[in-house]
Amino acid sequence: MSARAPIRVKTLTIDGREVGAREDQTILEVARENNIFIPTLCNLPGLSNAGACRLCIVEVKGVNKLLPACVTRVAEGMEVTVNSERLAKFRRGILELVFAERNHVCSVCVTNGHCDLQNMALKLGMTHVHFPYQYPRMPVDASHERFVVDHNRCILCARCVRVCDEIEGAHTWDIMSRGVECRVITDLAQPWGKSESCTGCGKCVQVCPTGALSEKGKSVAEMSKRRQFLPYLTLMREGRR
Amino acid sequence: MTIEELHKIAQTERDAEKKFQHHVCVCIAAGCLSSGADHVRDALKKEVAESGMKNEVLVKGVGCMGLCSAGPLVTVETEDQMFASVTPEDAPEIIRTLDTGADAGSSGLHPCPTNVPFFERQKKIVLENSGKIDPERIEDYIAHDGYLALVTAITEMTPLEVIEQVKNSGLRGRGGAGYPTGLKWSTVAKTGEQEKYVICNADEGDPGAFMDRAVLESDPHRVLEGMAIAAYAVGAQKGYIYVRAEYPLAVKHLKTAIKQAERMGLLGNSISGTRFSFHIDIRLGAGAFVCGEETALIASIEGKRGTPRPRPPFPAESGLWECPTLINNVETFANIAPIVRHGAEWFAAIGTEKSKGTKVFALAGRVENTGLIEVPMGITLREIIHQIGGGIPDGKQYKAVQTGGPSGGCIPAEHLDSPVDYESLARIGSIMGSGGMIVMDETSCMVDVAKYFMEFCMSESCGKCIPCRAGTQQMHGILEKITAGEATPADVALLEELCELVRSTSLCGLGQSAPNPVVTTLKYFRDEYDAHVTGAGCPAGTCKTKDEVTV
Repeated sequence: MSARAPIRVKTLTIDGREVGAREDQTILEVARENNIFIPTLCNLPGLSNAGACRLCIVEVKGVNKLLPACVTRVAEGMEVTVNSERLAKFRRGILELVFAERNHVCSVCVTNGHCDLQNMALKLGMTHVHFPYQYPRMPVDASHERFVVDHNRCILCARCVRVCDEIEGAHTWDIMSRGVECRVITDLAQPWGKSESCTGCGKCVQVCPTGALSEKGKSVAEMSKRRQFLPYLTLMREGRR
Repeated sequence: MTIEELHKIAQTERDAEKKFQHHVCVCIAAGCLSSGADHVRDALKKEVAESGMKNEVLVKGVGCMGLCSAGPLVTVETEDQMFASVTPEDAPEIIRTLDTGADAGSSGLHPCPTNVPFFERQKKIVLENSGKIDPERIEDYIAHDGYLALVTAITEMTPLEVIEQVKNSGLRGRGGAGYPTGLKWSTVAKTGEQEKYVICNADEGDPGAFMDRAVLESDPHRVLEGMAIAAYAVGAQKGYIYVRAEYPLAVKHLKTAIKQAERMGLLGNSISGTRFSFHIDIRLGAGAFVCGEETALIASIEGKRGTPRPRPPFPAESGLWECPTLINNVETFANIAPIVRHGAEWFAAIGTEKSKGTKVFALAGRVENTGLIEVPMGITLREIIHQIGGGIPDGKQYKAVQTGGPSGGCIPAEHLDSPVDYESLARIGSIMGSGGMIVMDETSCMVDVAKYFMEFCMSESCGKCIPCRAGTQQMHGILEKITAGEATPADVALLEELCELVRSTSLCGLGQSAPNPVVTTLKYFRDEYDAHVTGAGCPAGTCKTKDEVTV
């Protein structure tokens, strides 16, 4: 007799399409398997989900709140709506809020053309920002010998925090302060170059969706991110388990 | 500890008190303490000693008496006499009136009538011992039937019976959302035999709210007893009280109470000789409003950054250290012992069909009597404000009452006859909330009020999700523009759009309810917004445009 617990499956509909799923899967995972696009920013396969960017919100019939697809598990008979006028409006609104929050002038950014935020704006048809730009004065920390953190470009997705903690195991990065004052920090808000816990692996730089974390020596549009290591590492670790 | 032993302690305590002819109680809760109540108590004690009445007059420090605006308060329990605004210099006079039975009115003291609506319209369950017992003595609590419910529950009832009792009482969470308490308990109980936790949420953060503070300061054992009964019902072994570090007196009284209860075997290992063990620890919050949100609170206890996480899983399933966790508010726990003691039917007979029992409110703002009140559910706002509150001072006109703090709404005069219960308040755009109630008169500008609450939400947003973090900032910016007289009708439209966006897409309750003050003021006081943006100026005259400031 096999000791393995049986795998239970569920069927649900996403935008009217019937799909099958394992019960431990999230709406986002199932949608991706079926080539249904759900916009995300803080999500990155291989890292834990934060449910923070709110772009992946979907409507589920019978639930009066919008649910983040990245952390909502499937259920039998669930009717999910991914694309609706209301959702599109909200998603664009959220994106505009990010663009207005700090400084996201693409034309002078190291990741211009390789940026998740920029790509998402293109994909969602965000043509302009109708909220007033805030342009707070944010510092740039170039104390690390190989990397730079430019807080003006940071969208606080916490991918760097998660990859450093969950994959590298160093937990150099964290977030300090509250609300719009939030900032990613290394160690206890020490300059990155002085961090004793940083291993210099650079995973944070590679997972960063924008030009907030970049390698030194890159000029405008030269910083493209290499994230192949993530699925590979995850796969290896899962295999070992 | 058995029921007989409890009765014996209670009897000894009562006998000891009976030896004194006069009982003089001084409120030493935070409100009165800040106006020097401790000096009053010391002066009274000294006076009693000096006048050789040590065996006749008992002077004791007690908890909140409610009428905080008239503090320090002193009651002479035995004579049903209350004095307001007492100073240490009044001590000899008070003792003299006791001695001679002299008319207090002619003595330069400020007698405070207790047969007025402020006291008579209230119904006290949560605050039944408040202002009567010494919060630092467990014996005094036991003398007022304390811990009877706990010992009865664990020695004579099954956990299921306790849960049934709470379910049938109709008690709903007093933290604000009003989730049925019995249902929450049964969910945690259903998770089977494993490590579980009970958490008391005492991270009261709404501006102007001090209900939980008063309960913890005045009657800490009541909360411990409620938690222990809950732990027995759901099968938890360990409890935490997450209390704001800004409440030092509450923390002190809680620590004392826990120690006393442990010494008497009412907390700790094998309580009342049964298999049931329950330990309570205190965790201090560092003053983040968002840590009142249950998942953020749990993260904070775990030593992590206090930010909420998406639910489900709800704490009942996966909470503290991923164990099933029951988390209730201070006031909810404070209702448990009376329910077990008097039965579910007794409790269910109070209040309305869907909102049972009483609710404690911190009445503040532009009313004659500010302070702490406990009223039956279903009472109207008008009764609270105009009868209990004594109306608006200085002949001014009532304009609005804000319930539920930064997550609530502003209620205009047309809804004053609306009953106070969860559904009715929600229907008119506000929420019950934890119990803050701020009354405003015609001198308040509603846009300015909305701006104040938005500023609060903006600075208290944890910053995790985009709509709350960046959206509240944008909304605050627009409200600032409106109050400065620089906005156009287009800005108001943008504000409305942001309300919808932030409310619908934010991760936790903070962001989802942050637009409420704006939404309700836009709904009921639209004319004030319009006046600001059409150049008519601020109707209340509180907002100064830049030109006016320079002139």
